[in-house]
Amino acid sequence: MNALHAANPALTIDGALFELLTHLGDNSLILGQRLSAWCGHGPALEEDIALANVALDLIGQTQLWLELAGDVEGQGRSADALAYHRDAFDFRNAHLVEQPNGDFGQTLMRQFLFDAWHLPLLLALTKSPDNRIADIAEKISKEVRYHLERSSDLVIRLGDGSEESHRRMQRALDALMPHAYELLQITDGDALLISEGVIGDITSVTAQWEEQVNSVLALATLSRPNSPAAPGGGRRGRHTEHLGYLLADLQFLQRAYPDATW
Amino acid sequence: MNATSDNEKKAVSDEQATEAKESSNEWPLWEIFIRGQHGLSHRHMGSLHAPDAQMAINNARDVYTRRNEGVSIWAVPSSQIAASSPSDKGPLYEPSNSKVYRHPTFFDIPDDVGHM
Amino acid sequence: MYAQMVKTDSTGVKSIDDMSEQEAAFQARIDRDEKIEPKEWMPDNYRKTLIRQISQHAHSEIVGQLPEGNWISRAPTLERKAILLAKVQDEAGHGLYLYCAAETLGISRDEMFDQLHSGKAKYSSIFNYPTLTWADIGAVGWLVDGAAIMNQVPLQRTSYGPYARAMVRICKEESFHQRQGFHIMMKMAKGTAAQKRMAQDALNRFWGPSLMMFGPSDKNSVHSAQSMAWKIKMNTNDELRQKFVDQTVPQAEYLGLTVPDDTLAWNEEKQGYDFADPDWDEFHAVLAGNGPCNKERLGARVTAWEDGKWFREGLLAHSKKRAAIASDAA
Repeated sequence: MNALHAANPALTIDGALFELLTHLGDNSLILGQRLSAWCGHGPALEEDIALANVALDLIGQTQLWLELAGDVEGQGRSADALAYHRDAFDFRNAHLVEQPNGDFGQTLMRQFLFDAWHLPLLLALTKSPDNRIADIAEKISKEVRYHLERSSDLVIRLGDGSEESHRRMQRALDALMPHAYELLQITDGDALLISEGVIGDITSVTAQWEEQVNSVLALATLSRPNSPAAPGGGRRGRHTEHLGYLLADLQFLQRAYPDATW
Repeated sequence: MNATSDNEKKAVSDEQATEAKESSNEWPLWEIFIRGQHGLSHRHMGSLHAPDAQMAINNARDVYTRRNEGVSIWAVPSSQIAASSPSDKGPLYEPSNSKVYRHPTFFDIPDDVGHM
Repeated sequence: MYAQMVKTDSTGVKSIDDMSEQEAAFQARIDRDEKIEPKEWMPDNYRKTLIRQISQHAHSEIVGQLPEGNWISRAPTLERKAILLAKVQDEAGHGLYLYCAAETLGISRDEMFDQLHSGKAKYSSIFNYPTLTWADIGAVGWLVDGAAIMNQVPLQRTSYGPYARAMVRICKEESFHQRQGFHIMMKMAKGTAAQKRMAQDALNRFWGPSLMMFGPSDKNSVHSAQSMAWKIKMNTNDELRQKFVDQTVPQAEYLGLTVPDDTLAWNEEKQGYDFADPDWDEFHAVLAGNGPCNKERLGARVTAWEDGKWFREGLLAHSKKRAAIASDAA
């Protein structure tokens, strides 16, 4: 990625794989946590139910990725141990997913920008020589295909809806687009995993994301902002202030009662 | 305030409620029919609200199937369902009840005719 | 229950002599266990009472999402989080089924929401109590869902077809809810000293409010008789309350928890427990809007509805545009 990282002699296949798997698991965990806050507060009963399904999928995906991450690490950490007993600087999720829910338009726009990356990434990972990764990617890409259909459809409808819904979706896009670019970065670790034949080639994900985003935004009559990418840093453990509060909430019981089982 | 004016007030507010209902922005109601993987015909599952047919189908996937694959969904506007009215109950059902010949066992076929 | 004090639009049970021919025929159908279906003739009071009862039940489901939803973000494991989210999502679904059943009686969902938001319609008093620890999530599943099931299972045989069908679906989906609650309680009650303390505290706080869920005592329940004749109420409040206590006390003993009632004792003669009345003054205060969380619960529903207005209208505007394009093309 950058000179500092490239100079890191500690970059091993297992290390890079652990980082990638926590990236995938943490993205799902943090976004699932955000979405689940809407349960009981959605704008329509039907939407409340539909969004909870997406959140449930994401929490299920978290369990799969983090469990594999724990196996790769080989120190006996379960998915729960990784979810509940790491602090912010060990989380590898992108900044996009830790952004606050905002209004429902922001929640949907965040979802769309994420799904548009998530699906092509998973489809590329289904071609991973490492079967453990390919199998999980295969299973969850079916769920994510539906997420992307749904979020694309809603972004189009609300963008090209009423004046107010258009205004809100444009505002959401302007606020969130800078955070989306971080997802598209290929780290040195990713490059190593591709060249060593561990994971499928994920370098075409950016082009697919661009195509999906541009075509949906056009149909939604929304204009893509020219703003530069936000600093990012999630994959190096550098997060926004939001993540600390989210984790304090998520991890409260495990932290307050470390000797309990639940 | 006496009882009469209370009643009058109620009548007015009921009227207003009806007007508000007609001009309301409520999503229309849809009846949802689903055919599962086993080839049985579509079955009425329930209803839901959605702004149009496509969203009714999308919502039905989440509300009534928890997104099982391989199912077919029909969404019909509730207002478009034509139903026999209960007062027709006699005329509609009685003639067919009297047409007992529609039931195969009505016909006594001699055994030597073979399977029929 | 989820519909605790449904006012019946009548002053007692109509006798057969007071009924018109149509009413008598209607009552005869109910007595023969025939289902009444949406477009069929029904007494006006039957319709009104049902709308009130079903919508109160529906409101209870969606307001009931809130106290449990309060702990989704803090669920202690990923699995507990997924289970709790699925359960609270089910409650939204159950609200939806019930609103649809009420809509067949000629009221719109928006009208019912208006009645809820304006405070005109009631929902179960139980959801105006706070969930303060994780053990409360166990207690809600074990006690509150346990009490709800007592009422909902017989309602599968209620006389109004759409209501009965909604209850069949709800009972089927709800079978895991009480079990997940009891499972949480087992873990807590057999866990560390701190967990056990939380479990006992949850039982202490939810016992009385759970007993209140069945509504006032039969001797003070003025609305029951006509509803029972119509088979939209299947058991009396006291019958169900007794059944609930008889079922729950041994479960509490199994957990090693103490039911917060000094007078609780097995009565050999009636083959059931004697137990103290809950605090009925508190019950009426909560119903009147003055419980620990009434304002928060109703406030959260109103906020969700108002904040969602642009979303609902935006989607509708888009659908209208599409329909206009389609009709231009035709």
